[in-house]
Amino acid sequence: MATLLSVRDLRVTFPTADGLVLAVRGVSFDVEAGRTLGIVGESGSGKTVCTQTLLGLTRGAEVSGEALFEGRDLLTMRPEQLRAVRGARISTIFQDPLSSLHPLYRVGWQIVEMIRAHRDITRKAARRRAIELLSMVGIPRAETRIDDYPHQFSGGMRQRAMIAMALALDPKLIIADEPTTALDATVQAQILDLLGRLRDELGTALIMITHDLGVVADIADEVLVMYAGKVVETADRRTAYYEPHHPYTKGLLESIPGAAGRHGALRPIPGQPPSLIALPSGCAFHPRCRYVMAECVTDEPPLHDIGSPAHRSACWLPAYQAGLDRTGGVRSG
Amino acid sequence: MDDVLLRLSGVVKHFPIRQGILLKHRIGSVQAVDGVSLEVRRGETLGIVGETGCGKSTLARCITRLHTLTAGTVTFDGEDISTLSRRRLRPVRREIQMIFQDPYGSLNPRRRVGSIIGDPFAIHGLADGLERKRKVQELMELVGLNPEHYNRFPAEFSGGQRQRIGVARALAVRPKLIVCDEPVSALDVSIQAQIINLLEGLQADFGLTYVFIAHDLSVVEHVSDRVAVMYLGKVVELAEADQLYGGPRHPYAAALLSAASVPDPDLADRRERIILTGDVPSPVDPPAGCRFHPRCPKARDRCRIEEPGLVARDGDPAAHLTACHFPVEAGENLARA
Amino acid sequence: MSTTDRRPALAVDTVAPVEGRSPWRLAWDRLRRDRVAVACAAFIVLLVLVAILADPISKLIGYGPTQQDRTGGITPDGLPTPPSLHHLLGTDNLGRDILVRIVYGSRVSLAVGVGAAVAAVVIGVVVGLCAGYLGPAVDSVLARLMDVVLSFPFLLFAIALVTVAGPSELIEIAVIAFFSWAAVGRIVRGQTLAIREKEYVEAARSLGAGDLRIMFVDVLPNLVAPVIVYTTLLIPVSIVFEATLSYLGVGIIPPTPSWGNMISDAQGFYQVAWWFLVFPGVALVLTTLAFNLLGDSVRDALDPRTEIRGR
Repeated sequence: MATLLSVRDLRVTFPTADGLVLAVRGVSFDVEAGRTLGIVGESGSGKTVCTQTLLGLTRGAEVSGEALFEGRDLLTMRPEQLRAVRGARISTIFQDPLSSLHPLYRVGWQIVEMIRAHRDITRKAARRRAIELLSMVGIPRAETRIDDYPHQFSGGMRQRAMIAMALALDPKLIIADEPTTALDATVQAQILDLLGRLRDELGTALIMITHDLGVVADIADEVLVMYAGKVVETADRRTAYYEPHHPYTKGLLESIPGAAGRHGALRPIPGQPPSLIALPSGCAFHPRCRYVMAECVTDEPPLHDIGSPAHRSACWLPAYQAGLDRTGGVRSG
Repeated sequence: MDDVLLRLSGVVKHFPIRQGILLKHRIGSVQAVDGVSLEVRRGETLGIVGETGCGKSTLARCITRLHTLTAGTVTFDGEDISTLSRRRLRPVRREIQMIFQDPYGSLNPRRRVGSIIGDPFAIHGLADGLERKRKVQELMELVGLNPEHYNRFPAEFSGGQRQRIGVARALAVRPKLIVCDEPVSALDVSIQAQIINLLEGLQADFGLTYVFIAHDLSVVEHVSDRVAVMYLGKVVELAEADQLYGGPRHPYAAALLSAASVPDPDLADRRERIILTGDVPSPVDPPAGCRFHPRCPKARDRCRIEEPGLVARDGDPAAHLTACHFPVEAGENLARA
Repeated sequence: MSTTDRRPALAVDTVAPVEGRSPWRLAWDRLRRDRVAVACAAFIVLLVLVAILADPISKLIGYGPTQQDRTGGITPDGLPTPPSLHHLLGTDNLGRDILVRIVYGSRVSLAVGVGAAVAAVVIGVVVGLCAGYLGPAVDSVLARLMDVVLSFPFLLFAIALVTVAGPSELIEIAVIAFFSWAAVGRIVRGQTLAIREKEYVEAARSLGAGDLRIMFVDVLPNLVAPVIVYTTLLIPVSIVFEATLSYLGVGIIPPTPSWGNMISDAQGFYQVAWWFLVFPGVALVLTTLAFNLLGDSVRDALDPRTEIRGR
């Protein structure tokens, strides 16, 4: 499997009036061609800043690290080069299609203009392609709907239009940032179904950023869990859900109804995520951790191998501690 | 004492759409809630699920009389509150409280937290000065907040903490019924469980009755005793939680349940999703007959003409009501319909 | 299960990493850091002091505001004398010291300017609040009232009123307030209409709060910020308004000095006595500028866009 995107030690810092916001603190991951990586995190985890920085969409930030895409470092590219990559090689789908689509221009026009900005084809040919794309994403009567304005589309259809735009130039990688969060459950099911089918048919790699563990269980091949600007665990899908190692991952799974078993009591993670200006010492999760030990307060654990293929966790707990405890106690070796 | 605390009977709420230059005349209406009848028993949690436009939020506001009803009645603790004036409603408002969805919008940003939580005491003349402060701080501790933060502004709290403030405010004058309108939807996952546990704990400690409205099916299943599924202003299925989740009878309920994201890869792989076609129709012009028929995989001629009543169908216990002419049978797989 | 789950939450909740600051405190800090705001505030404080201490200052300088200095204050031809050691800013056509007159004129400008602005804001807030909150019936009446007031011709009305009631500071304040309150009212009405739809207002209603309580306890605090900003911007407008009225002879009439009537008197002499026109004019401009800039800074302090400062 070819590695499409390779991110190494990405750090993003924002200087603000209140202090330095350490949004991303050394994140590394790989995305392989045709595979789906699910990045899971809550607010403040840095998941959105991470991917936006890759595309040069963060303003006023201090960035360091390396992000090799098809052999070239995205972080050191000149703006024109980056613009050529955005849309054509890597495209994005955002959470709120109402604010990503321009309200005053027809949907078809927006797609056509985007295609023509990157490819030298006639307007007619671009329009044909746009209609083809809109049908592919399941918009009925695409030939007529192509001339509608965004507000004439429903939420689900707007998101489909965004996906159509994202696919227009046959990108190698799509970054989807909370694409279904604002949608109803039945519409979300439709969109995820669509994304899955398209990924299978077209072989595009997908980074799916979300806070919804159900979405990730559905569509991801590999899972990356982020907390307070760092990767705390990475594993393949089944391992992440059935053999989680990092207490934060465990905590998440134990606190959502549906994961811990039908009528199991919810076990919330106490406290709240830390401020990115005044992070706790050592491991950023230690104030909320059930298994906290002395070293957790002083030394930040690095992301290291836990055993099974590509299962890595940033925690001082020994490897055998992986796995959910269904009895409510700490799992003993 | 009657077991039923809240009774909704044929509740209708339409919002008129007006047009015109000088004198606006009505050209139609948004039929947000179109005939809902429900009962809520003392001490139980009734969950209401549905998607955008189903009318659940409007229904919540009809229960708390933030809206005036277009038709139907709301009976609370034996008293018909459907048409009471603002003044006569005030004592009732001590008994029915509401928790709102948006932790950032439901608290006045320019008021201190102590003042916000103390509002109910002030409005109903129940406690003053130091006494009020004491009670407010008691409440803060009860919901897991530091009472010393009495003088802080909402902006100085996190989302989860603000929702706790909302809970404290709702609890202040010891209501009987609390209507929770999407109380955890806007919170981070790890915080949602804290608030859910808090609400459950308070229910046990204070004998509260909840109407719990949400779009997240697993949350509703977890907290509710009984669940009502709404679609386009009507209740399409009403049952005990495990009966509904174990075997939904209404095709929409079945689709909704199958669409829910499940944080379990094996389950997600095995499960076949029922993918509905099309979008939710507009509540301005709902379809004739059964409102779900245009999208229903089982729709037949009868569905286009005759609206099904919410009754117990063959083989179901009396408490399990479904509004469908051809309910889903055990073992039937709608995903392949 | 329920009680044990609450304790850990409390224990961790008390660990607040960054000390919270109230929105007012934050705004005040931002204002303090703004150098332009500090300079303008200093100027205004100075002006207020000068206005209050007008009598001692006049004694210090040695001339009263209406005192005519026939010896050193008038040229043999009966024209004003230029700035000199005796008269730092020169004299006017009647030999009166301009500096002293400017000092006394500041009293009028500040009193009327601030007085009228405050009066207009109070009326405007009350009317706007009622119009915005109490529903379409009340709103249509009050909104039309505001439209009518805004279409009044200010000049004609001012002159008419002065003819009837006689010129004085109080009449000036009344006239200026009358023409300014509707603009405030409109803004407040708009804000109130928006605030009315907020969830916290809904929450207050669900608690059983009455209209009056909601208006003053819930809506009004959210109006304070735009009202403060508008007031600081209305003051210079009122000051200029007053100067205009005095200039036209329907405000403060001579011999009492007002920057407006000084400028009016200076018109006939500016070719031979530039100082007569310039200094009162400069005083007016500087004061107006100071209030305007301060108003801008206050607005920025109360409602900043997030600043990400590059190194």
